[in-house]
Amino acid sequence: MLELVDVYKTFNLGTINEKKALNGVNLKLEAGDFVTVIGGNGAGKSTVLNAIAGVWPVDSGAIIIDGMNVTGLPEHKRASVLGRVFQDPMTGTTATMEIQENLALAARRGQFRGLRWGITKKEKKEYRELLATLDLGLEDRMTSKVGLLSGGQRQALTLLMATLKKPKLLLLDEHTAALDPKTAAKVLELSDHIIEDHKLTAMMVTHNMRDAIIHGNRLIMMNEGRVILDIKGEEKKRLTVEDLLRKFEEISGEEFANDKALLG
Amino acid sequence: MLNLLPVLGSLYLGNHDPMALVRALPGNISQGLIWGIMAIGVYLTYKILNFADLTVDGTMATGGAVTVMLILAGYPPVIAVAMAFVAGMVAGFVTGILHTIFGIPDILAGILSQIALYSINLNITGGKANQAVSVDQFNLLVSLRYISKTILVTGIITIAIIAILYWFFGTERGFTIRATGCNPNMSRAQGINTSVAKVIALVFSNGLVGFAGGLLAQYQGNCDVNMGRGAIVIGLASVIIGEVLGEAIFGNKLNFCGRLLFVVFGSIIYYVVINFVCWLGLPSIDLKLFSAIVVAVFLAVPYLRAKSKNSYRRAAKGGTQ
Ligand SMILES: Nc1ncnc2c1ncn2[C@@H]1O[C@H](COP(=O)(O)OP(=O)(O)OP(=O)(O)O)[C@@H](O)[C@H]1O
Ligand SMILES: [Mg+2]
Repeated sequence: MLELVDVYKTFNLGTINEKKALNGVNLKLEAGDFVTVIGGNGAGKSTVLNAIAGVWPVDSGAIIIDGMNVTGLPEHKRASVLGRVFQDPMTGTTATMEIQENLALAARRGQFRGLRWGITKKEKKEYRELLATLDLGLEDRMTSKVGLLSGGQRQALTLLMATLKKPKLLLLDEHTAALDPKTAAKVLELSDHIIEDHKLTAMMVTHNMRDAIIHGNRLIMMNEGRVILDIKGEEKKRLTVEDLLRKFEEISGEEFANDKALLG
Repeated sequence: MLNLLPVLGSLYLGNHDPMALVRALPGNISQGLIWGIMAIGVYLTYKILNFADLTVDGTMATGGAVTVMLILAGYPPVIAVAMAFVAGMVAGFVTGILHTIFGIPDILAGILSQIALYSINLNITGGKANQAVSVDQFNLLVSLRYISKTILVTGIITIAIIAILYWFFGTERGFTIRATGCNPNMSRAQGINTSVAKVIALVFSNGLVGFAGGLLAQYQGNCDVNMGRGAIVIGLASVIIGEVLGEAIFGNKLNFCGRLLFVVFGSIIYYVVINFVCWLGLPSIDLKLFSAIVVAVFLAVPYLRAKSKNSYRRAAKGGTQ
């Protein structure tokens, strides 16, 4: 479903801020894979997701989504096959537009947008039912501006928007990191459900090792712009946080940022 | 002390005839309506697209120049003002390209177009800073001499423009512009070409401004290469006065149509106020200074008010208590 072949990206080439962010990333996802991505700060996790989404062009290598080489396509042209949720709840929605209008925007991802109505009566009915499944009471606030919602509500809405039009690949970048533990758990659960129900292929970046182990069928660890660990199937099911920490030390030869938060 | 006030008042009003204000009102309204169309253009960029577009100072004069020269060349005033719209669109397109393709920041892109237009406008008028078009010779759409006709014509045009914009911003294409103005990153993630959205908004905004320039030139009976100087400030004043007033009266219930209407009201109020301060004795050479101060105050007050609710000094004193 997704193939990354020798992807390289250096930021600010030739300046003192030069930073090799991706150092030959190779990764192949099968359809239906749900991969959790872990790694220390600056390991290149967000950069990989941005490379796939086409936020900027990569320096070299190929990005192939479902057999289509998208390496040369700008961000808005790849959007039709991608769903994305970002860390900051403010980034995934349009604050000055209504809840239902945000959904309508997402429903037209990848379509030509002409002079037909931006949202139809039929859609409004569908969105009401869809929002009801979130169990956040948003179905009664369809015409509220999204700017009035809490971070958790906005993240849940962004998740709906990302998957309203079934994406070939769902990219979640620490999408629960800014939420309180209870809301985070709820949004994570919702993500699980949506991925399962729609049989989506997904990548989820997280700093919580326990979450990385519990969710998905596959786990990759990144360090210094490379995938340094790729665990799937039975092996992943048996994985513990301690295993992960040990593996990281073995491979990278350094101690994983000694951060209690990593243990979840 | 108190009973001195009426005396002072009548002394002051002695050489200020209040009826003069009333008599000037229709003129203020017609001028406000014409500038209201311009202000709607500014609303599209400043409020919806979140783009401070300074092209408009040039576009206003371009619209005037195109209209007057076409009328003088024998074209009907309707066609002339339609071409002013087109000329404005071209100006907006250039600013849009400078910004989206060449990566020039919004303010600078607008200033470049504005400066370029100064020369272009003089070329349109054959090198003359001023070109007259007389209502006695031509059947103009609007004119100082026929104020009630002007109010009727511009009123109808304004309503038509608001109706069209209301429709447009409810379409899929309109949605892309609203989304781009608010959150360009999200828009791209939803497959919207934000560059195209920006250019479209700039094109229509400047089209409206050029159109308003065409009407203004007919109204005052001439076009002037400086007729757009400070237009952005008048546009912003209208947008902000309208917004403050609209939200004070209707609060959150104000919909898009209402907001556009209030922009036009804002423009009318602006001209009533300007007329009033002139009547009070403000020399006309100080008018632009006055306008700039008004806009600065209206922009600063909401910011300072929000800040005062949230200030360090207040926190040091122990909050609200
Ligand atoms: N647009 C950019 N311009 C310059 N440098 C960048 C840019 N994006 C990322 N980087 C750099 O690339 C490196 C990898 O960053 P990235 O955001 O991918 O890390 P990450 O693994 O997501 O880390 P975190 O866990 O902190 O989110 C960092 O050193 C970062 O500073
Ligand atoms: Mg990151």
